[in-house]
This record gives sequence, C-alpha cells and structure tokens, in this order.
Amino acid sequence: MSKVLVIAEHDGEILNPSTSRTVACALALGPEAVDVAVFAEAETKPVQAAARLNGVTRVLLVEHAANRSPVAAVLAPQVYALARDYTHVLAPATTFGKDVLPRAAALLGVPQVSDVMRVIDRNVFERPIYAGNALETIETPPGIVVATVRTASFKAVPETGSAPVEKISLDFDCPTHTRFLRVEGSSAGGRPDLQSARVVVSGGRGLGAKENFDLIYALADRLGAAVGASRAAVDAGFVPNDLQVGQTGKIIAPELYLAFGISGAIQHLAGIKDAGTIVAVNKDPDAPIFEVADIGLVGDLFEVLPTLLEALPKGGS
Amino acid sequence: MKILVSVKRVVDYNVRIQVKPDGSGVMLDGVKMSMNPFDEIALEEAIRLKEAGKATEIVAVALGPQAVQEQLRSALALGADRAIHMPLDTAPQPINVARALAGLARRENPDLILMGKQAIDDDCNQTPQMVAALLDWPQATFASRIELNDKSATVAREVDAGLEFLSVDLPAVISADLRLNVPRYPKLPDIMKARRLPIETATPEDLGVEFVPEARLLKVAPPPKRQAGRKVASVDELVAAVRERGLLS
Ligand SMILES: Cc1cc2nc3c(=O)[nH]c(=O)nc-3n(C[C@H](O)[C@H](O)[C@@H](O)COP(=O)(O)OP(=O)(O)OC[C@H]3O[C@@H](n4cnc5c(N)ncnc54)[C@H](O)[C@@H]3O)c2cc1C
Ligand SMILES: Cc1cc2nc3c(=O)[nH]c(=O)nc-3n(C[C@H](O)[C@H](O)[C@H](O)COP(=O)(O)OP(=O)(O)OC[C@H]3O[C@@H](n4cnc5c(N)ncnc54)[C@H](O)[C@@H]3O)c2cc1C
Repeated sequence: MSKVLVIAEHDGEILNPSTSRTVACALALGPEAVDVAVFAEAETKPVQAAARLNGVTRVLLVEHAANRSPVAAVLAPQVYALARDYTHVLAPATTFGKDVLPRAAALLGVPQVSDVMRVIDRNVFERPIYAGNALETIETPPGIVVATVRTASFKAVPETGSAPVEKISLDFDCPTHTRFLRVEGSSAGGRPDLQSARVVVSGGRGLGAKENFDLIYALADRLGAAVGASRAAVDAGFVPNDLQVGQTGKIIAPELYLAFGISGAIQHLAGIKDAGTIVAVNKDPDAPIFEVADIGLVGDLFEVLPTLLEALPKGGS
Repeated sequence: MKILVSVKRVVDYNVRIQVKPDGSGVMLDGVKMSMNPFDEIALEEAIRLKEAGKATEIVAVALGPQAVQEQLRSALALGADRAIHMPLDTAPQPINVARALAGLARRENPDLILMGKQAIDDDCNQTPQMVAALLDWPQATFASRIELNDKSATVAREVDAGLEFLSVDLPAVISADLRLNVPRYPKLPDIMKARRLPIETATPEDLGVEFVPEARLLKVAPPPKRQAGRKVASVDELVAAVRERGLLS
C-alpha cells in the first residue's frame, strides 16, 4: 500500500490552495495514509488549515528557525529525512514545488515526475510535454516516487477533516550558503489568487500600454476575477511577471477565462488548456486563440471592453 | 571566474509538434532543432559577464547523440571558449543529466553553473536543482536578474508571489528565466570560425559518473482536443453566450 507525504506550500500565514489539490492527487493513489508536512518556524495557521483537508491522516509540523523563509537548499534535506518512510513524496508544481522537490529527489537518487496530470497506477502517471501539445504516460522505476502535481488538473478537497498534528524534530545539516533576502510581491489589489480564481481576465500585447490595463482591472473587479497576462504584456512592462499565464508562467484552470488582445501562441495556450470556458476578443479574425475559444468576438478591445462593462451588472457576478 | 553553461538540443519553439500514430513518441524526422531557448538566455548571461570583465572562461556542455555538437558550435559562435560533448545514444532523464553535469563540475571546478530553467521539449524543470543538490551548492532557479559580487551573487527569482531575492555563495547553480536578458544572434564570420574549433569529449565513465534507473516511457498521446467554439457578432451576444453557460448572473 502507498504511504504519501505531501509537502505543504504556505507563507507562514496562509496555506496555499495548491496544497489541497496536491492532497487530491495523493488520494488518487488509493493510499493507506496521506501525511502533510508543514515546515515552519513555529506552529502557524497553515498547520490548522492542513489538518482540515479531507483525507489527511496526520499533519507533521517540522519546526526550525531556518523554516521562517526557507530556501530549497534548507528544505530539501528535511524532505529527504522524512521521505524514507514513504512510498510517494508529492509537492505542487508551483514555483515552490519546482524549486524544492527536484533537489530532494536528487538527494534520494531517484528521478522526479514533473507535472502529474493524472494518476493511472501507483507508479504510472500522465504528464504533459511540449507545452501540453502531447501527453506522456510513464512508469517510475522501483523506489520512492517523487512527483510534482499540476494543480490545475486536480480539484481541491473539502475542508471538513480534523487530522492530528504531530511535532517532528529532524536531525539535518542546515546549510548557510543560501540566504533569503526578501520578496517583492505585486499587490494583487485584493483580487483573488490567479491560480485558484473561478474567473480570470487576461490581457496581451494588444492592450498597447500599461495604462490601458486599467480596462482589464476594471472588468476583473466587476466580475470578482483575477488578472492574468501574456508574456508579451509582461515583457512590455504592462503588468508584473507573476501575472504571466502559460508554459513558463502559471498554469490555470478557471471556470471562465477571458482573453483580450492575446494572439494565442502555443506557449500561452499551454497555461489555459484546462479552463472551463474560454472567451476571446481579438481584432484579427485569424488569431489562433479563436481555434480554442468557446466564444469568440472579432473586434477592437478598446470598444468591446467599455461596452462590456456597461452591459454587466455592477457589484460582482 | 569560470562559468559552465549547459546547452540542450530541442525541437525549435516555433514547430507545431505531431505525436507519432503508434504512440511511441513525437515526430522528429526533418523537424527544425535549436538550442533550448532558456539555454540561449543562460549562455547570453555568461557572455555578458565575460564582456563586463567578471568572467574569464565560458565552457559549454551538451549531452546526447553526435547531433548535439551543432548546438555546441552555436555556443562557440556566440562566445563560449570551450565546448564539451558527452556522447550518449539518447539524452538521459534529468536525474542522470544532473549526475553527469555534477561529475563534470567536479573536474572543471567552475565558479558558476548557468542553465536553462526548463527544456521546452520535456518541460521537466528539474536538472539545475538536481545538479545543485548533488554538489551541495546553492541554487537560484528562475533567475531574472543576477548581480555578481566577489564571492557571492544576488539573484532575483521569478516566483508565483512576485520577485524573490536570494544571496548565494559561489560556486552556485543558477537557472535562467525568460526575462534575464535577450540573447543575441551569432555573426556569420563567427559561425564559420566555430566550425573549425575543437569540441572536447568526456564520457560518464571518464568522470566516474554512475547512472540510476530512469522512468520508462509507456506511450505518448495527443491531448484531448477542445471543441471548436463559435463566434459571436456583438458584446450583447457575447454576454448572452456566457450567461447561457451559467457563468454570469
Ligand atoms: C522513456 C522516457 C521517460 C521519461 N520519464 C520522465 C519522468 O519520469 N519524469 C520527467 O520529468 N521526465 C521524463 N522524461 C523526459 C526526460 O527526462 C528528458 O528527455 C531529459 O532529457 C531531460 O529533461 P529536460 O531537458 O526537460 O530537463 P530540464 O530540467 O527541463 O532542463 C533544464 C536544463 O537542463 C539542461 N539540460 C537538460 N538536458 C540536457 C542535455 N542533454 N544536455 C545539456 N544540457 C541539458 C539545460 O540547461 C536545460 O535547459 C522521460 C523521457 C523518456 C524518453
Ligand atoms: C520559451 C518560450 C516560452 C514562452 N512562454 C510563454 C508563456 O508562458 N506565456 C505566454 O503568454 N507567452 C509565452 N511565450 C511567448 C509567446 O510565444 C508569444 O510571444 C506571446 O504569448 C504573445 O503574446 P500576445 O498574444 O500578448 O502578443 P501578440 O502575439 O503580439 O498578439 C497580440 C494580439 O492582440 C491583437 N490586438 C492588437 N490590438 C488589438 C485591439 N485593439 N483589439 C483587439 N485585439 C488586438 C492582435 O490581433 C494580436 O492577435 C513564450 C515564448 C518562448 C519562446
């Protein structure tokens, strides 16, 4: 039987929703136990949040001063120390999981499966390659399975559980060669998180200028939506990098995705393949985005966005 | 200061790939191959560090069949001082690429290893982290800005929450994200000159590297196709169509 260790992602205050989706992937393994490891400086809110996730057997709280703002070099040896009691170690395929887990896999001397989209068997998985333009099914070799989970492919579990919390003290060499300095967050202006939002409004190069993105923000606020962007919009400095959606940005699965002035390059589409409904507004009738859009409107976004704002009721969806 | 840069040969990012009908892989015959875009960025960064007088030697390395020498020649044309080919029938998976690169690093003793954050064919995003683990060096992945100091580097990393800043002691492994720089194109005379430059070889055995078991590929399939949607003629129709799907009140 499988015993799964899930590495929690949190910022000391909030348990990232990616953790819940990773637990969902763990449960798809039909496991005997799913333990969630929370690495923290001391007991924090995310510990309690992890205990509420349905299907979790135990929450392991690993307290260490270096876990205040931990870097991969500090976390990987701790994951390694815990991992030996498990058949599977999972983390979300967010920038957090992508940074930490391969480092732990290398210490364990096993390959890592990146971006699990589907569990076929306890050691057979489906994952995307070529920006999601092909899916490979792979079988891991004997030994611990280490994998990151494409969170857009799994639904969050309900939060009605009450798993016990155990404090674990680990004996590990804590490196000092890597020092966390700071994070400069782009304030999302109180908008929902891009990776878990139900509705996302995105803008591309077609917006033309930073100020014009106000139209996107206005629509997002009207819909209670998160804001996303293409790489071209980020590169042009219209919006910060953490709004980029795509192969090398965020992979999202909102119920509704609205794309304005985005051409639909494969690298962008890679990020929205799991979206429920895609709406595209583009002035070029041949833009590739229309090949995947459920609802397309050929038109000038500078005319469409204001009209759309008029047409929508004020005060959220 | 010596910089090791890894370059991977991948299907060019403009190619629309096709899955083979028998599900054994992706069609590669006659398909345009290029240096992985993130490796171009890593190499460009190394070149700029050399131009700024901070680096003295750039060593490019590629693993795989003979054909990867084409990408090593591109690296030489762009400004790498040396190129090392690790000949293998196929490119190994990240854990073994990492073991080979760590083995090479033990011999070459670079002060910095610059790599792409992911290869755009397999999208694994693992190898740099694994190299760093095997060498017990610091890692700074998804770098969009690197400032080299004497014995350390300050790196801005593109993370989900914004930009994270780290300070890492050297030697370190740094993986390049898209916004680190914009790579240059090689000049024709440099391409011609690079054709005549030597390419060294090193095998995993030379380096005392042992490979571990890899995952087995069972099949490759095209992703489920999205149903082609419909076009609407006006904003009102658009709103109606979204409402029909129960997505707006
Ligand atoms: C049978 C089979 C099974 C597979 N199973 C898995 C699996 O279980 N999990 C999984 O994640 N992938 C799997 N893959 C994909 C495989 O691991 C990749 O083909 C491997 O070559 C390296 O992945 P990557 O280049 O995407 O690494 P990444 O980590 O995405 O690459 C990052 C960087 O590493 C460097 N690099 C990588 N390869 C080379 C190279 N050959 N030469 C020089 N530099 C290089 C480059 O700088 C690159 O930018 C499988 C492939 C096959 C054929
Ligand atoms: C290795 C690699 C990784 C990449 N990763 C990503 C990624 O993660 N995410 C990503 O998005 N891209 C990524 N890209 C870039 C990608 O290839 C495209 O360049 C990018 O997505 C284009 O962005 P865009 O659609 O906003 O711009 P463009 O392609 O320039 O399209 C702009 C569109 O706006 C339309 N438009 C212009 N004005 C108006 C108007 N007034 N009204 C309506 N429509 C208008 C135009 O018709 C056009 O279709 C990557 C590229 C590489 C090489």
